[in-house]
Amino acid sequence: MLEVSGLHAFYGKSHILHGVHFSVGEGEIVSLLGRNGVGRSTAIKAVMGQVSARGSVRWRGEELLGKKPFEIARRGLGYVPEDRAIFQDLTVRQNLMLGVKSAKANGNWTMEDMFDLFPCLKERIDILAGVLSGGEQQMLTLCRTLMGDPQLIMIDEPTEGLAPKIVEQVAVFLDQVKQRGISILLVEQKLAIALDISQRLYVMGHGRIVFEGTPQEFGNDAALRKEWLEV
Amino acid sequence: MEFVLVSLLNGITYGMLLFMLSSGLTLIFSMMGVLNFAHASFYMLGAYFAYQVSVILGFWPALLVAPLLVGLCGVLIERYGLRNAHKYGHVAELLFTFGLSFLIEEIVRLVWGKAAVDYRIPEALNGTLFTLFSSNFPIYKGFMMLVSVGMLLALYALLTRTRTGLIVQAALSRPDMVEALGHNVPRIFMLVFGGGVALAALAGVIGGNAFITEPGMAAAVGTIVFVVVVVGGLGSLAGAFVASLLIGIVQTFAVGLNVSITDIAALFGVELQASGAMARLTLTQLAPILPYLFMVAILVFRPRGLMGARES
Repeated sequence: MLEVSGLHAFYGKSHILHGVHFSVGEGEIVSLLGRNGVGRSTAIKAVMGQVSARGSVRWRGEELLGKKPFEIARRGLGYVPEDRAIFQDLTVRQNLMLGVKSAKANGNWTMEDMFDLFPCLKERIDILAGVLSGGEQQMLTLCRTLMGDPQLIMIDEPTEGLAPKIVEQVAVFLDQVKQRGISILLVEQKLAIALDISQRLYVMGHGRIVFEGTPQEFGNDAALRKEWLEV
Repeated sequence: MEFVLVSLLNGITYGMLLFMLSSGLTLIFSMMGVLNFAHASFYMLGAYFAYQVSVILGFWPALLVAPLLVGLCGVLIERYGLRNAHKYGHVAELLFTFGLSFLIEEIVRLVWGKAAVDYRIPEALNGTLFTLFSSNFPIYKGFMMLVSVGMLLALYALLTRTRTGLIVQAALSRPDMVEALGHNVPRIFMLVFGGGVALAALAGVIGGNAFITEPGMAAAVGTIVFVVVVVGGLGSLAGAFVASLLIGIVQTFAVGLNVSITDIAALFGVELQASGAMARLTLTQLAPILPYLFMVAILVFRPRGLMGARES
């Protein structure tokens, strides 16, 4: 459903991506691995229309490059940024309401669904999102994007800096999302999670894709891990 | 007692007018991260449009028509000017609004001339509302206060009770994320720009006849409005509100108090020996610099402003 090819992206004058390609199929979980600073986040931002890019980003056959972020989002792409981008001065409820794209739309997801996924959000529904813990903010940002009914959800480092117990909850969340038939493009540092849930994965290095394959193929290639992932 | 009450009322009236001017500026500033240098020019346009409309249709239609017309100008300027400048970064945007302020001023001079126009308070609002001790409180000041409070309530309701208001609130801190969630942020920004300059125009409509409607009026309030935004804090309407009232009241009191620096020093037990011009300066003479003094102090001790949500 998402086909990225020959993608070049730029931050000001610096050239971050040098012809990246990847694809995500219907109902698939795909991980984008690599060390910090190799351009994984930039790749997602380029798909979302947030950085200037060249190349091709096709979504169900339609070219997305050149479209505005809100137009891209309305076509069914969801984005959960690394910094979570919580609206701190608004309540948890208002944050979730902002995930819904239009007042008229009757989404597939309700707030009740979110409470089932993360019961702690229910208790904190009317408090300001800025006072939530890091883990709760991560749950909130995931739920907020889900409220917009994405067909593909791109998630940047959802487990960074979280306690193991919350990481587990995030993994359960990803599984639930997948069971509803939503595709996931995951940027992760934690290999265990990525290997566990993805069908396919890509490894990035210096703004290029240096490996693509299944978790098994990746597991068998110690040299690859050493060169591009282990510190 | 009489002095305190009267100054307080006058200060609040002036402060509310400042808030009407600065609320739009704060919203625009927070969303695009650039000060709209032309903001006070829309205040001036509001006054001139109101003058022109009131000549033809009378004051009451002008009260509605002038802000709407200016708001429409704002929408068009954002859509076909500012949005293009935005692609080239903050400096281009800043220069755009800077140039716009000169453009508007020159247009005003061309159309209405260099001298002040005869934009007057309508007959029905002339007179005294009530008498406080021996001071008369004019009806028109009461009317200004009424309009300001009405605007404040409407703005508050719009921001907190509607979905668009919620999107605006969120876009004040993270416009990028709001857009990534599928909301048309460019359109929201266009509406906020239009609405913000319409509020400035409304301030011009009710302030232009209370003070004076002339080509220099934009420059006269322009700097004060920036002070309000900086003191109140970026992205905070509540901060702008408090700062407006504070500056309005402090300045009104300072103008009314005819004490010299020597007197003030004496209050604190300091005997000033100097007998030069400096020591004879009165608080009234110092009133115009007080807001700027205030701004500098805020920037030194509390750079985010009184209630600022973020620093840049």
